[in-house]
Amino acid sequence: MAKEQIKHTQIAIVGGGPAGLSAGIVAAKLGARVCLIDDNPRLGGQLVKQTHKFFGSKSHYCGTRGIDIARILEDELRATGCEIILNTTCIGHFRPNILGLAGAESFTKLTYDRLIVATGASENNILFENNDLPGVYGAGAVQTLMNVYGIRPGKRVLMVGSGNIGLIVSYQLLQAGVEVVAVVEALPRIGGYHVHAAKLRRLGVPILVSHTIKAALGKDSVTGAIICRLNKRLEPLKGTEKRLKVDTICLAVGLSPLVELLSQIGCQIVYIPELGGLVAWHNDDLETSVPGVYVAGDVSGVEEASTAILEGRIAGANAVMSLLGKNNDAERIIQEAKRELSLIRQGPFGEKVAKGKKRLYALNQLTQA
Amino acid sequence: MPEKTFKRKLRSGDEATRITEHPILSFTRGPEVTFYFEGRPLKGYLGETIAAALVANGVRVFRYSERHNRPRGFFCAVGKCSSCLMIVDGRPNTMVCMEPLREGVRVERQKGRGKI
Ligand SMILES: Cc1cc2nc3c(=O)[nH]c(=O)nc-3n(C[C@H](O)[C@H](O)[C@H](O)COP(=O)(O)OP(=O)(O)OC[C@H]3O[C@@H](n4cnc5c(N)ncnc54)[C@H](O)[C@@H]3O)c2cc1C
Ligand code: FES
Repeated sequence: MAKEQIKHTQIAIVGGGPAGLSAGIVAAKLGARVCLIDDNPRLGGQLVKQTHKFFGSKSHYCGTRGIDIARILEDELRATGCEIILNTTCIGHFRPNILGLAGAESFTKLTYDRLIVATGASENNILFENNDLPGVYGAGAVQTLMNVYGIRPGKRVLMVGSGNIGLIVSYQLLQAGVEVVAVVEALPRIGGYHVHAAKLRRLGVPILVSHTIKAALGKDSVTGAIICRLNKRLEPLKGTEKRLKVDTICLAVGLSPLVELLSQIGCQIVYIPELGGLVAWHNDDLETSVPGVYVAGDVSGVEEASTAILEGRIAGANAVMSLLGKNNDAERIIQEAKRELSLIRQGPFGEKVAKGKKRLYALNQLTQA
Repeated sequence: MPEKTFKRKLRSGDEATRITEHPILSFTRGPEVTFYFEGRPLKGYLGETIAAALVANGVRVFRYSERHNRPRGFFCAVGKCSSCLMIVDGRPNTMVCMEPLREGVRVERQKGRGKI
């Protein structure tokens, strides 16, 4: 029988990826009592499997490998004395402000004064025949398998999606000694950075734009795939089907924010395609429609690790201010992070999110008018 | 990035699924343990999940779906999709992508909904 406990913290953070870790560091340093919960045995969220050097942003971690960023943030958080609960899933929320935490042998009710939800996002699947066959993996699963546990997912892989994740994971597959038979991309152009695409091409991996996967083949597990060409309206062109001999199909077709907990709490949920689908409405201080509940990172709009870090800082500092009152240090942290965020979002890959956030903020004016 | 060093290593038909050489990572594996998959002894390492150890042993089908009896393996590897539910030491509906491997653990394929 599981033990039941009751605990209290000033600021609870669900999720120990870059967003949650950064929120925890800032909140604890500003003097709040913080408790951070993650369902994994290790902190770092998606970062623990990202071996490549970070791209894009001007934030300080550009050029550092994801796995190292996870370690840097973890050390910094542990140094603050923040309470860290691992291997534990937040399975629900009870009124007024109680989190239900389930570990293997325990159940804890954690009451909080302020809550930061940084649960990240989950990977999308897409429609094609046999898309549930063993051997069809999300890109994150492939990364976990090969970069965390050192296991090849298969011998011959078809990658679906040419965004940065699709390109980077393809490269990592090659590094692990796995053959990438092709990358298919539905749109007529490559989605990710061209430097990554060029690296793959140099190693002989074809990137087929205006192509998609039509079916996975196999009885118990993937033994092949059928791909086909698409026209400009993304409709399959008859007679262009091609069979590929692969044992693994890797989907890198986007992520959706993990908003379950937020919707259970009663936060207003809105649909903003540029942010990855359903997100909890929030303002630019990352507070949701439920006062005292904040979001940060991919759960507030799918983006990247450096923006997750910046959003975490903003949410952490705001949570502390709303709890302990106005604070110059907190205000400075918020301003600096907001400035860096807007710089990143002016770049070519930040534009989409910037547009999404703008739509989100505009919704508020509509609902309040 | 020394691209040539790993291009050399592309060996199709390579049976080993464990990565031994890697240009960036080194894998420090825990002690080897024996566990049982459908009664059959398999080897894995402490510190990895049951799902990882199964895949490393070439096992891909973890369960059969409830309505159409379709084979399912793992998809997300992070405890979010429920595709990997198995019977572990008699306990059904265990997410093996999150469940650490232990010496002697008995793992079975689940058919449909688990009986508790
Ligand atoms: C395959 C892949 C490759 C990527 N490559 C890059 C890249 O190269 N560069 C880049 O900048 N970004 C990359 N990203 C994106 C980047 O990893 C994310 O934007 C970033 O990690 C988001 O941080 P986060 O803290 O919001 O969420 P996450 O890192 O996802 O962390 C969320 C954490 O919360 C935990 N959690 C969720 N729900 C619960 C719950 N109910 N209870 C307890 N714990 C919970 C999760 O298990 C996880 O540990 C990639 C993402 C993926 C999926
Ligand atoms: S593989 Fe998705 S929950 Fe285990």
